[in-house]
Amino acid sequence: MSVQECPPTAPTAPACPPPQAAGLLSRVEPSTVSQALYSETTRWLLAVRDQRDRDAFANLFNHYAPRLTAMLLKGGLRDGRAEDLVQEIMLAVWHKAGQFDPERAEASGWIYRIARNRHIDLMRRRSLPNEELVEEALGSEADAFQILALEQEQTALRAALKSLAPDQQQMLQKAFFEELPHSEISLATGVPLGTIKSRIRLGLAKIRRDLSYLRQP
Amino acid sequence: MRPITHHISPELLAAWVSGNLPMPFAAVVACHVALCEDCHAASLAVQFLGGALLEELPPAPLATGALERALVALDAPWTPPPLRRAAGIFPAPLMDLLDGRPPRWKTLGGGIRQQILLSEKEGSLRLLYIPAGRKVPQHSHKGMELTLVLQGSFSDSEGAFGVGDVEDADGAVDHQPHAGPGEACICLAATDAPLRFSALLPRLLQPLFRI
Repeated sequence: MSVQECPPTAPTAPACPPPQAAGLLSRVEPSTVSQALYSETTRWLLAVRDQRDRDAFANLFNHYAPRLTAMLLKGGLRDGRAEDLVQEIMLAVWHKAGQFDPERAEASGWIYRIARNRHIDLMRRRSLPNEELVEEALGSEADAFQILALEQEQTALRAALKSLAPDQQQMLQKAFFEELPHSEISLATGVPLGTIKSRIRLGLAKIRRDLSYLRQP
Repeated sequence: MRPITHHISPELLAAWVSGNLPMPFAAVVACHVALCEDCHAASLAVQFLGGALLEELPPAPLATGALERALVALDAPWTPPPLRRAAGIFPAPLMDLLDGRPPRWKTLGGGIRQQILLSEKEGSLRLLYIPAGRKVPQHSHKGMELTLVLQGSFSDSEGAFGVGDVEDADGAVDHQPHAGPGEACICLAATDAPLRFSALLPRLLQPLFRI
């Protein structure tokens, strides 16, 4: 998708390798290639990470803040609290951008995870053991083939998501945006633990086939 | 090191990434994922799904001046939270729970030691130290138990578990974990209901274990 966005009049722009370079990806400067292959939102996040680019941050904010607000409203936060938490999440995106590794995540998933963990921290008034702070060995050098392959898998995943029936999509949204930890739900509603677990499992089983290839090395 | 053979189930990983696990279980999963590349990759796949769902949401309107408010906040001083590192056998998320300090063991008798890390209505989390070759009193659970081996090994009716392995036991399992020879077995265990010990005498010890 990013290649299509390259203006045809600027074939030598650093972020836009010429189309014929596709067969020569391995000879091109890795960071140049990766920048062009990543999705637009991921490139904004990389610009925030590497250049502390405020315009790129504004782009990220304009794209994600309305979606994060929608997510938190679904999760039961009333307007004022959702708005404040979105501010906090986007500020965390700015400050934690140095931990973002495009080989392991793209912007939307990385931001989703930060947002979800902040939301849970707020509900529990105690932080989860924070995997965002876990120092990990960085992966190998960006490899154009792997980036492309992963982008393709993500496209397939998004297509699989769109092909789900509306009630299945709603069920997934509920699991990813709304539901409280099992035991809190059962306290609140009297629904036994097994029922909620099996509901999540049923929905995930439907997409597991589409997800399972992401587990392949 | 021997390869990890007992992993977190895909359902449990998805529940963790989507914030649907009670804290004690989330902690065990986070520690396993820190040790296991397979489960780390699988959890990142679920994270992609979360991101894809976020992208699909219809945008909600923002308050006027929201972006300006965010841009101003970028310049405020920021103190990064402490970066927890793994220390010896303890993965980074566990060091987070230990506040960066070594465990403070309490002796339970029979050479078994423990530290309770979390004890709340949604379950408990504890570190257990079982001397090599020792058997833990036979017990079953009302709820779920998730146990991660950090050092040494143990075996029970469900199989043998070494460093990095997770045993996901539900209420049906009636087991007597037996620490392997050599090193003492140290594990991190989450339970969502008090364990029921099968034998009469150990049952008297249950209040002591508080598990």
